Order: sequence, then structure tokens, then C-alpha cells
Amino acid sequence: MSPAVWFGEVGASLLAMDWTPAIASKLAPTVFPTGQTESAFAERLPLLLRDAVTGSLPEPWRWLANSLIAIVAIIVIFASLFALLTLAERKILGRVQNRPGPNRTGWGGILQPLADGIKMLTKEDIVPAAADRLLHFLAPVVLLALSIVTFAVIPYGRHLVPVELDAAVLYFFAAGAATELAIFMAGWASRNKYSLLAAMRALAQLISYELPLLLAFVPVVMLAGSLATTGIVAAQGGWLGGVLPHWHVLTPPGFAGFVIFMIAALAESNRSPFDLPEAESELIAGHLTEYSGFKYALFFMAEYLGMCALSGMAVTLFLGGWHAPLAALEFIPSYVWFAVKLLALLLGFIWIRATFPRLRIDQLTRLAWKFLVPLALINLLTGGFWVLTTHWTGGMLVVRWAIALVLVVGPFLALGRQFQARYAPRTYRYA
Amino acid sequence: MLGTGLLKGLAVTAKNFVGSFHDPKRYTTVEYPEQPTKLPENYRNFPFLVFDGEQPIDGLRCVACKICEAECPPQCIYIIPDRDEKGRPTKKPKVFDLDVSVCMSCQICVEVCPFDAIKMDQHFEIATADRFNGLLLHREDLAKSDAYYHSIHPTEAAQVDEILAEAKRKAEAKAKPAAPAAPAAVKPPEPPAPAV
Repeated sequence: MSPAVWFGEVGASLLAMDWTPAIASKLAPTVFPTGQTESAFAERLPLLLRDAVTGSLPEPWRWLANSLIAIVAIIVIFASLFALLTLAERKILGRVQNRPGPNRTGWGGILQPLADGIKMLTKEDIVPAAADRLLHFLAPVVLLALSIVTFAVIPYGRHLVPVELDAAVLYFFAAGAATELAIFMAGWASRNKYSLLAAMRALAQLISYELPLLLAFVPVVMLAGSLATTGIVAAQGGWLGGVLPHWHVLTPPGFAGFVIFMIAALAESNRSPFDLPEAESELIAGHLTEYSGFKYALFFMAEYLGMCALSGMAVTLFLGGWHAPLAALEFIPSYVWFAVKLLALLLGFIWIRATFPRLRIDQLTRLAWKFLVPLALINLLTGGFWVLTTHWTGGMLVVRWAIALVLVVGPFLALGRQFQARYAPRTYRYA
Repeated sequence: MLGTGLLKGLAVTAKNFVGSFHDPKRYTTVEYPEQPTKLPENYRNFPFLVFDGEQPIDGLRCVACKICEAECPPQCIYIIPDRDEKGRPTKKPKVFDLDVSVCMSCQICVEVCPFDAIKMDQHFEIATADRFNGLLLHREDLAKSDAYYHSIHPTEAAQVDEILAEAKRKAEAKAKPAAPAAPAAVKPPEPPAPAV
């Protein structure tokens, strides 16, 4: 059978198949447990735009085209966010250091990312003579691909979930953890002992912080009773008296989990103060030593995209996803709220970078293993307690909050005291 | 408590961030090519020739005595005195060249000049594409007005004006009594010769 005939037959069978149930389940109006209605026009606007493009296609192809449009939209939006983020970071760092930041390109420096991109594209792509050419090329590609893949399961709005998986959180962190492979690939393929050592240091850091990162969100999964991101967001819907949202960050285990999660996310995305893998002022560039030109830019893009993805996940898990903070503000479309929260977290990342000096490698691992992991484990207990006492009412509510707060603050103070007693008041003899 | 130091640090950076938008004391950046800085009065780089009046070349104080040419340690000054048709010196330089690629800004030419004709300039944007002719300044490039001198070194220029006025007054006083006043009396008392 010739390939053309084979393709024709498969195509015919695909077209002949009854796709309606699958499509119907996708297009059916979603019912939310909190009882909100999907009324607003602005809420459905992205979907309407998409349907305007793909509406005329036959059913099976429409599904494919819709997925492609989702992919393109994610890549375009987050790539431009990456560009703006680099500019915002440099501007904000400048202002924190009492200088203007880049202001020569375009109107007040707005075209700086474009200039950087052109510069990166036109630079020579150097591959070391002894390097493994294939792996050297694959490393940035794999890293970027895995970073983009994590965006698939984040609910950007009430109707904007690219892929609805039952184990979406698991998928997200599995894909995120696989980026470590790409970093080691980069170090190994460079055939440079410094790159290799730096890649191993990076691996040590990333694997250390994988543990608190994963442990920190388990209480949230317990509270929501779901590993699906849509389920977790739905569990945070509604307000207490129209004012106090039911976000996980506003519960004691959720708050502790959020703080641990954000610290671990800083380390996972190689951000200051945990940017040891490529400490600009100390190492040459760690595992990026042998990379130049566009491959280097891809590494940077992957780093920023990873930061965006982790922030998006933090918004989903702890900050109520696309829910508005007040019932009265619900008229603003859900995806705007998601964007606002995401940008707030990203600005927090930049603020932290502007403030804290870099940790040493021993301080870094000590913070993970002796502080964050024990706290996260205790937080599991707190989460369990919080889940088991959801039916307590009246005066027992005070008891519930008191016990949970003691469970959160007590270990923090105890561990923190021990942490400080041993290391904190440092005297520098030669400084 | 653990973490309070971190919060304090975050507060400091936030204060700097907000302050840089409204507090000129914090935001000290000067965007140089658009906002020229006022140089300190004592700043100097290369010499220039002071002229009085309106005509740059005719008004030069320089009399082509060649003292600065002789004293210049790196020998960056080149002077040819001007002569009239009978071959007598007109007390003006015909050629006064200064090679700023050689000049070391030592100010010795200014110290030795008896006529306060050469002074230190503050013009530092002298980058050029031609490193031979572009850095060799001629009489026309070097001649700058007394008003310009006052604008860059006001204190020093005022002192120079006083000295010149004093010298002029004494010269006029000498010219009036005609004969009796000896030239030696007009001259300022010379410092004792150093014991060599």
C-alpha cells in the first residue's frame, strides 16, 4: 500500500468518525460549584475570537486548529511578556539603585528588548571543537520546550484552560523537573570541566529545592481535594461576606505553603538570591559558559518562562487563580485578574532580586534541607488538621484557627531560633 | 525573629525605588550629552590663548616671547614670531601651534607667561577622526576671548585682571613723570634667586 493511499484511508476514517461527543464535552457550558454564571461578553471574548477564526472548519479540524491557536497564543503572549519583563527588570533594578535604567532605545527605552534580540540573533554561534554538537544544540531546545509545555495546564481564565488534565499539577511539576535534565545536558555537552561542575552544582540546587516545592503545595491539594488545576481554582471561589475571598493563601497551612513555595520557586527558576548556577559576578556563566548568540538567549528565555510558569502556578494554587479578590469586582474578566496576580508575583521576584545578595552553596543547601523541608513536612500536618476540621463552627472556629496558627508559627520560630543561634550573628574578622 | 532582616532589606529597596521618582537627592544621574555638567572651577586640561577686544588674532595678549615654548616639558608648543616687512618683530605670533596629543596639562606654560596670555581651558570634547591634524591646534583654534576665560575660571580671571590693571596703572604713572622713575622701580620686587 503506497503512503498516499494509506494517508487517504486514515484521513477518510478520521473524517468518518463521530467526533461529536468529544467536541460536545469541550463546548458544553461549564458548571461551577460556587454557582457563578458565565454571562459577561468580555469573559467569553477570547473564545469568540478563536471561533471567528476556526468556526468555518469541519469539526475534527476545528478541534486541531483550536489547539494550535491556543499554543500560538501562549507562545506569543509569554514571549512578549518575557521581552517586557527583561526591560521591566532592568528599569526597576535601575530605579532601586537610583539610576534611570536603559532609556536610549526607542521611547524611554521601550525598544530595548528588540535591540537585545537583534544583537543576540546576529552574534556568532560558537560550538566548542570537542563538544557533543547534537547535545549542545538540543540542550536549549529541550529546556525551552519543557518550559513552554508547563503552560498547558494553567487556567488563565474562567474558560481559558488549554488542556484540562485530572492530574494537571502532577504534570506541571513533572515537566518542570525535567528541565534539570536539559541543564545537565548543557553542562555535559560543552566538554568543559567548569561547565560540567557548574551543571552539577545546578543539579544539586534544583533537586534540593524540588522537595520543598512539591511538599509546599500538598496541603492545597488536600484542601481542594483535587489535582486538577481547574478543581483547585474552583475550590477557591466565593467570598466570605463578599469581601474575604476563599483563597488558600488566607488559611494558615496555605500561607505557610505559599511562602515556602515562593522561596523554592526562586531557587527552581535560578533567580537571585539563589542564582548560583550562573552567578554572573563569580562564575563565568556556569553551564552557559560555552553558549553564545541565540542559544544563550534561548536559555534566558527558558529561565524567564519557567519563572512565569511557576508564578502562574502559585497564583492558581494559592492566590485563587482567576477569581476576583472582591465580589464587587467580578465584572472585570477573569483573565485580567489572573494577569494582575501574575504580574504582581513577577514584580515580587524582581524586587527580591534587587534586594538580596547571593547565598553561598552551603547556605543554600542548608536552607533547603534544614529549614524549608522540615517546615513543609510540618505544614503537611497543619494541612491535614485544617482539612479534618472543616466542619467546626462557632467557638470551635477560634480553636481551629489557634491550633493551626500555633502549628505554623511555632515550628517557624523554633527552627528559626536554632538557625539564627548557630549562624546568624556573624562576626567577620577580616572584613 | 528570623526573616525580619529580610523584610527590612525589602523596605530599603522599596524606599529607594519610590524615592528615585520624586527625590532629586536620591536620583543623581546626569545624562551627560543632553545635560552638560558644570565643571569645577579648578578643572583644567589644555591651554588656550586669551585675547582682549573683538578681534581674535589682533587682540591676542601673546607677544611671541617663546618662554612657554622653551619651558614646556613635553615640547608641545611651536611658535614663530610675526615680523613686519622690515624684519622687525611685531610682538605677535605668526604661528602658534599646540599639539594636544603631546600636552600633559602641567600648566607650566601658564605659570611662566609674564603677560597672562596663555591659560588652561576646560573644553574636553576634542575627539577627532584625524589624529594628526585634528589634534594639532593652531592660533585660530587657540584664541578665545577674555569673557570666555572669565566664564570658566572666574576667581582666577578676576585676580589676573587686578594684576593687569595694576601693571597698567604703574606703566601710566611711569609714563607721566617721564625721566626720573627708573625702570627698576616699576618692576615688582623680584624674588631672591634660589641658591643653587
